[in-house]
Amino acid sequence: MSRTQTLVCLREEGLYCPAGDFFIDPWKPVQKALVTHGHSDHARPYMDAYLTSSSGLPIVRERVGRSAHIEGLDFGQTLKINGVQVSFHPAGHLLGSSQIRIEHKGFVCVVGGDYKLEEDRSCEAFECVPCDQFITESTFALPIYSWEPSDSVFQSINEWWRQNEEAGLTSVLFAYALGKAQRVLCGLDPSIGRIGVHGAVDIFNKHYLAAGYPIPETVRASRNTKEQFQGKGIIIAPGSTQNSPWLKQFGERSEAFVSGWMTVRGSRRRRGLDRGFVLSDHVDWKGILKAVEGTGAEFVGVTHGYADALVRWLKETEGKTAYELNTLYHAIASGEDEENGKELS
Amino acid sequence: MRAFTNLYFELDRTNKTKSKLRILRDYFLSVSDEDAAWALFFLMGQRLKRLVKTSDLKRWASDSCGFPDWMIADCYDHVGDLAETLALLVKAKTKVSHLESKVEAGLSDFVSSALLPLRGLGSEVQGERIQSLWNRMDCAMGFVLNKLITGGFRVGVSKTLVIKALAEIAEVDPAVMAHQLMGNWEPSGANYRALLSGDASKQETGKPYPFCLAYPLEIKKEERLDLLLGAASDWQIEPKWDGIRAQMIHREQECILWSRGEQLLNEQIPELASVVLESEGAFVLDGEVLAWDFESDVVRSFSDLQMRLGRKKVTAEIQESVPIIFMAYDLLEEGGVDVRSLSTFERRKRLERLFASLESPLFRLSPTLELVGGWDAIAAERLKSREKRVEGLMLKHGESAYGVGRKKGTWWKWKVEPYTVDAVLVYAQQGHGRRAGVFSDYTFSIWKGDTLVPFCKAYSGLSDVEMKSVDRWIRSNTVSRHGPVRVVQPDLVFEIAFESVQESSRHKSGIAVRFPRIHRWRKDKPAKDADTLDSVRALL
Repeated sequence: MSRTQTLVCLREEGLYCPAGDFFIDPWKPVQKALVTHGHSDHARPYMDAYLTSSSGLPIVRERVGRSAHIEGLDFGQTLKINGVQVSFHPAGHLLGSSQIRIEHKGFVCVVGGDYKLEEDRSCEAFECVPCDQFITESTFALPIYSWEPSDSVFQSINEWWRQNEEAGLTSVLFAYALGKAQRVLCGLDPSIGRIGVHGAVDIFNKHYLAAGYPIPETVRASRNTKEQFQGKGIIIAPGSTQNSPWLKQFGERSEAFVSGWMTVRGSRRRRGLDRGFVLSDHVDWKGILKAVEGTGAEFVGVTHGYADALVRWLKETEGKTAYELNTLYHAIASGEDEENGKELS
Repeated sequence: MRAFTNLYFELDRTNKTKSKLRILRDYFLSVSDEDAAWALFFLMGQRLKRLVKTSDLKRWASDSCGFPDWMIADCYDHVGDLAETLALLVKAKTKVSHLESKVEAGLSDFVSSALLPLRGLGSEVQGERIQSLWNRMDCAMGFVLNKLITGGFRVGVSKTLVIKALAEIAEVDPAVMAHQLMGNWEPSGANYRALLSGDASKQETGKPYPFCLAYPLEIKKEERLDLLLGAASDWQIEPKWDGIRAQMIHREQECILWSRGEQLLNEQIPELASVVLESEGAFVLDGEVLAWDFESDVVRSFSDLQMRLGRKKVTAEIQESVPIIFMAYDLLEEGGVDVRSLSTFERRKRLERLFASLESPLFRLSPTLELVGGWDAIAAERLKSREKRVEGLMLKHGESAYGVGRKKGTWWKWKVEPYTVDAVLVYAQQGHGRRAGVFSDYTFSIWKGDTLVPFCKAYSGLSDVEMKSVDRWIRSNTVSRHGPVRVVQPDLVFEIAFESVQESSRHKSGIAVRFPRIHRWRKDKPAKDADTLDSVRALL
């Protein structure tokens, strides 16, 4: 246990590697931050220097500011920081999202960040990285969460959109603006109708297009284009726009949310939605167990989410040395995520 | 089962009344009378009683999905719905997809061939049967099955809406349909056809009339009652009794007593049911069952009444120690004729006439307020409610008919202001239903010296936005956990409103309050300034 606590440990500012003197996804200002991905609870502003994957760099820049000092490292490439070997590997969470592999004196720790194993046409596929210690998220670490193949979800979404189109309703699909929105865009069938996006989604689309991902043609839905979406078309928007005047200008709508939380009826009914589609960019229960097994790690640190259940299961059933790392991801959601503190899926 | 499962999820998917009505109508018109009858039975909230034990159901699910009890408990805390939790866990294992889900039987056949025979079987055999059903069902159907056998079937359609859909199909007034469906409606094809053709004769069946319900009257300080409600003389003012609303159907040979929840009360209140009054023909009264103090001739507290109604067996002893009366305030049927369409004033006149000839100490006529002095006098009377041991006043428009359900503008309940105290949030638990996964069930404490003692739980009163932000606060201010309960930093103060307070040996604080709810979040108050036990005890 001692080595697991020394290579990567928890500090007030975030996950910390003492030997390399750097932090991973810290939530308080530090000198050197290694960032797994661009969601705002992982990529926070005010760090002196950032290191992230090359393909995720434009998105991280979008989050932490134009003037921030950010360097990129290609997936699989290694770098020595104060004698500690560091490399980034795809996490399958969103474009450029990474697991960070840290090796020191023959001991390997992989910080998974947010990840998923399911197919995703909008980002690099998860890579299983063997290690001694694996630090996993636990956002959906309960066995009730078991994802369907994404194609069948897209089929349902397109079917719902088609029905709305016939009924003369605008389809509004609430999705997290970075990652989920682009994944959904890549699954929509543009032959059904026009696709509109909220500004918050649009900001990130250009980075996906630049990286060559198949985002279909979209229109920014606004006051100027509202006629194109009244009683028709689909609009992808962040959940915080529900009940907003911005949304009301498009007239009669059918509203749906796409998120892993939609598994549970209560979370859908609470939001007063017409539909909930279950699609997550986080790993489900079986996925976590598969990932843990794949890495061969003996030590498993569990961060944000349903850590209790996962830790107990890993100890009792899988015979792992598992423990909770009480990180602040999600708990102190910043500005734009305030409304959907739990919706970063 | 497929059609019924689809009905459930289609209803669940929309929150628009118009769509729900259309979905219900389409379903009733497309299935057999037998299936429609059973669907109606479940949608109205009736349940198959004593089918299987919930603890058994959990065990079978645990066997099926291979997860231990603690994991099922953890998942349940998160989902907030047992039927749903078990369906999700079993599906994660069986992976039965929508297309592979093969249960062809219609609802009625399914209930009679698969569910009702479970009754009385040994739990092992029951388990095998349920597990084999689960293995043939996708998550959605498994969920509906679990709902049918655990009861508590709620799908966001009110009984009123179901009645409206049926009334449209039968082309009758919803009030007529509502009346036909009162009481214990037996689900059968024949009864369903009778409903639609209007054959079910109302008067012979002893069914209660739908209750007329009042809206709470909420007036701001600056508002004037005369501008809001017109002349006081247009209204009939009565005390609002603190008992159990009930309807008394009096026929020549029997008395039938129905609660507002449509439960027969005859067994619990035999002394009222056995009174057969000397009167001409049948009549139906609306009123309140109250615990009564015959010595001082005043009403006793609701908790006294509860003591009595909570018993399974009504002994002579309890009849003696908690005597009951029926306080009548409206007349719905007179001499076998439905008089609900007459005005409130006219019904009152007839009610008084009827009571002039009734002689039983167990039947009382609720007084109306003398209107000398207008609204000012009425408002003053309301302030005396607590000393008169009533909840406030009822305002009934003199020219209004006896309505069905809750209609704005004809009946108002004007309750006395609740008591309020400022209390500190100490424990939180995740809620159920639409509050699943959110910390929405709270325990509040007040000061006893320099320690905080828990004094009530409250579940409602916050807006969704407030609840969300309290939820987030709880997640990052948890001190310790005991199963599903989080102990939090005693920092947040809320104003708690409640109706009454009484001594209680069952509560740590020594007091119990009635209907506690959150009035507002006192963001301006630090925990040290919350109220004390002494200040609450002073209300006793």
